[in-house]
Amino acid sequence: MYSDKVMDHFKNPRNVGEIENADGVGEVGNPTCGDIMNIYLKIENNVVTDAKFKTFGCGAAIASSSMATELVRGKTLEEAWALSNKAVAEALEGLPPIKMHCSVLAEEGIHKAINDYRKKQGLPLWEEKHPHSHDEDEGETCQH
Amino acid sequence: MGEKRIIYMDHSATTYVKQEVLEAMIPYYADHFGNPSSIYSIARDSKRAIDTARAQVATALGAEPDEIYFTSCGSESDNWAIKGIAYANRKKGNHIITSKIEHHAVIHPCEYLEKDDFVVTYLPVDKYGLVDPAELEQAITDKTILVTIMFANNEIGTIEPIAELGAIARKHKIPFHTDAVQAIGNIPIDVKAQNIDLLSLSAHKFYGPKGVGVLYIRKGTKIDNLIHGGGQERRRRAGTENIAGIVGLGKAIELATADIEGHNKKIRALRDRLLNGILAKIPNAYLNGHPERRLPGNINISFEFIEGESMLLWLDDEGICASTGSACTSGSLEPSHVLLATGLPVEISHGSLRLTLGDVNTDADVDFVLEVLPKVVTRLREMSPLYKGGKNGGCNVQ
Repeated sequence: MYSDKVMDHFKNPRNVGEIENADGVGEVGNPTCGDIMNIYLKIENNVVTDAKFKTFGCGAAIASSSMATELVRGKTLEEAWALSNKAVAEALEGLPPIKMHCSVLAEEGIHKAINDYRKKQGLPLWEEKHPHSHDEDEGETCQH
Repeated sequence: MGEKRIIYMDHSATTYVKQEVLEAMIPYYADHFGNPSSIYSIARDSKRAIDTARAQVATALGAEPDEIYFTSCGSESDNWAIKGIAYANRKKGNHIITSKIEHHAVIHPCEYLEKDDFVVTYLPVDKYGLVDPAELEQAITDKTILVTIMFANNEIGTIEPIAELGAIARKHKIPFHTDAVQAIGNIPIDVKAQNIDLLSLSAHKFYGPKGVGVLYIRKGTKIDNLIHGGGQERRRRAGTENIAGIVGLGKAIELATADIEGHNKKIRALRDRLLNGILAKIPNAYLNGHPERRLPGNINISFEFIEGESMLLWLDDEGICASTGSACTSGSLEPSHVLLATGLPVEISHGSLRLTLGDVNTDADVDFVLEVLPKVVTRLREMSPLYKGGKNGGCNVQ
């Protein structure tokens, strides 16, 4: 049911772990929904120099975390912010419809981590999409 | 292919077809292919084969052959029992009693009937998954027309007090149905002694073929037909008989019930060694279901801090076939209704693993799983934000 790319990122996840004294941390998800994602960013001169994650969740959640952290490394904050869940899913060569919410979680995690950084820097926060207000084709979301 | 070792520990999902069963079936595809409703000699061979299978099932259940009806699967049997009893007894009442841990083949027909003005009581279970006979007694009203409680649960393996529950229904003159799909070959069944009026079973759970089941209907039970058409199965279940499947079911049930105690002893010994090994090697792991009153091959364990599907993917990578009560494999976002009904917290339900042992398993299989599983759990815990590396992190569940 999963693409080879998803299985690759699930079995050999990139960037697992925490960053000590991370510049931005994003914690999203909920244990009752079966997935929690923590994203840690190191940011220097408006560029994401390092990204790591810790995730409790299914294969798609782990692969989405791995791919999202790969995709934002070396990007400016603006570029990292623009990373959509669809881009994460596409980079994984697709996710089953029921698993699209895992890519949404990755996008939210990156957004939260960037805003956490901006808050610490005294910068105005960027507007996050309202959690769980996704398009229909992004799959169901847990109601807990 | 063929090099990777497969450890099959998902016997509650389905079983392989035993060689003796397959051999019994084969002649009924190309040689004895006659339609049993026809009059010529090859048709009579088919008819005789069905009669033999019917007798084999009757013997296994302590029933009479003319109380055995062949169906296409366990789900059809459940649907027939529930809808058939409901509509045949509608003038008497509209109340059905079942439990919260039934298979979806029971729960969904009940929900379907609720849309047609039937009222359904879903009895709760205790933390082990047991239905309390006193609660059944209390739930009965003068409108109750059916009680349906499963013999043994497919996820956590808990064996219900069926004879007692059946006795209560009998006392109130209410038909009692049990989904015994998981019970055949694991628990001795005697429909008379256990007060059962209707019983569903399915061949592929006891080393028979897929696509064939049985509904036992006690003589004198008022029930509507589900499949309308020709006059097969004494005008109660239309459709040309799946002869090879029926022959296979008959042979399989004969084999499965020939030595239940011996079979259980062997499977239980393997199961207990695996279970005790897992609990000894992996901290923050909890057995779901009843410690003793459970199917001999069933293990259902929750591992804190990790999610079930990712566990299954890793196990599959090692050739181990298992299943989980996590939402992520069910096509919905809710974890197992069975685990939730036992009071298990949602987050722990997501981390459940079901291993169901059967006739193919060996001591070497148990050793292999005991070697692989702790590594899988450790690997996933290391990347889990819930895991703080010890007993005190995360959720505390007793």
